[in-house]
Amino acid sequence: MTVTQSLFYFLAFVAIFSSLLVVLAKNPIHSVLYLILTFFTLTGEYILLNAQFVGIVNIIVYAGAIMVLFLFVIMLLNLNVQTEPQKTNLIKFIGIITGGIGLVVLTGSLKASDPSNLVVIQNVDMGLVKNLGKVLFKDFLLPFEIVSILFLSAMVGAVLLARKETK
Amino acid sequence: MESALIIEKFILITVVLVVSLVVAMYMTLVERKFAGFFQDRLGPNRAGPFGILQPLADGVKLFTKEEILPANANKLLFIMGPSLAMFTATISSAVIPWGRDLVFGDKVISLQVTDINVGLLYIFGVVSLGVYGMMIGGWASNNKYSLMGTIRAASQSISYEIAMGMAIIALLMVTGTLSMRGIVDGQASTLYGLKGTEGLGWNVFYQPVAFLIYLICMFAECNRTPFDLPECESELVAGYHTEHSSMKLGFYLFAEYINMFVSSAVISALFFGGYNFPGQEALVNAGVASNVITILGLLAFFLKIGFFLFFFVWVRWTIPRFRYDQLMRLGWNMLVPLAIANIGITGIVMYLTGHIN
Repeated sequence: MTVTQSLFYFLAFVAIFSSLLVVLAKNPIHSVLYLILTFFTLTGEYILLNAQFVGIVNIIVYAGAIMVLFLFVIMLLNLNVQTEPQKTNLIKFIGIITGGIGLVVLTGSLKASDPSNLVVIQNVDMGLVKNLGKVLFKDFLLPFEIVSILFLSAMVGAVLLARKETK
Repeated sequence: MESALIIEKFILITVVLVVSLVVAMYMTLVERKFAGFFQDRLGPNRAGPFGILQPLADGVKLFTKEEILPANANKLLFIMGPSLAMFTATISSAVIPWGRDLVFGDKVISLQVTDINVGLLYIFGVVSLGVYGMMIGGWASNNKYSLMGTIRAASQSISYEIAMGMAIIALLMVTGTLSMRGIVDGQASTLYGLKGTEGLGWNVFYQPVAFLIYLICMFAECNRTPFDLPECESELVAGYHTEHSSMKLGFYLFAEYINMFVSSAVISALFFGGYNFPGQEALVNAGVASNVITILGLLAFFLKIGFFLFFFVWVRWTIPRFRYDQLMRLGWNMLVPLAIANIGITGIVMYLTGHIN
């Protein structure tokens, strides 16, 4: 087994283990911390694929911004066992059904995809910023620009919503 | 060859770590000395000549103080807080180019731990992780004042990261690379093409607005005055580290000083030419050995870092703390629109001057 392979198996194991703990942990703060750990292992996998840009952006966006806000909200809510609303059996049953349907869809799509016909990466440097930028700005310029403007307007909208009402 | 490289990098990492720790240690003394100067008193002068043993005395004091764990604290996370603060403070120095290559015969030693092609984004990512140390430690103390400090820290750091990222985008449009070494090497040329200004083509002259925004955000990310709301003594009983005692508190304070050192190094490298200094071309043309120029460049870099460290202290004892709503207004209503306008104007100017087509 090469170094890359053993690193892959280690990261994959930690990723699955910590994402299970996200669901199983009793304390919601611990859940969020395990989710952060999961994002770090995913960044490790991206770097193993030589997709350094995606890996770092994954840390900046998910671990650095979104998870901080998650932690922020959960810390303010002060969730614990006493304040947690008790779910009725009907809600639990509906939850099991919808979760099970999701599992069936996922298994079906994984089975339908032919694992022997993997997409071979044409260029190993595909994930570097230079090549990624060329693809985004040459082949997908219009969707890329529209998405950026969408994000910018969402940000301006958030600032507008948070503004103090002037009477 | 492999093992030689590993040993070389290991030595370099150790040197960088020791230098940042020693600089951070002595910054505490420098800060107090300057505080004394600004307030017309002497500052610490008892431990050793001019008080130069004061940081050691402080360290011994912090290490030997009693460890107190609050009864209802989450013990693991309570200890993890300061550890994470130290960890995130020290790892960002990995991509800073400290100088040009040293050449001994046919052996080339790079004065940078690693030159990854997303170096600037790596620093940005580590900065955004810096808030976890405060958040986890503050929440785990199970104290309302700590939680308030934590919340302030998180919202402040998230808000100022946006303006910081946008300032960096305008800078990237000029430099055209994300690699730290590439950015520093790009500043070795002349300033506006004028003769005799080799080594002065610093980005601060091309992107003054981005520099200003970055500088303000740097203060906010380091939790330094005027943005030190997470550790407000008067309102929050010290803030996120109220419950931390002995070296756990020491690590929090120490991490702040390491952050100051590293962000001074980053801003010097991004905007002030890093290891480039005026007159380096003349020295090369005069046939001075390349290693001598490398050492001079290293000294120039540390001079710039020293200036920014002094600037941190200078601002701390000059400007009072912002109120919380003022802080948020400055971040969202002023810096972010200014940074977006800066990106647009940079694009237009670059198009008109023919740098992009």
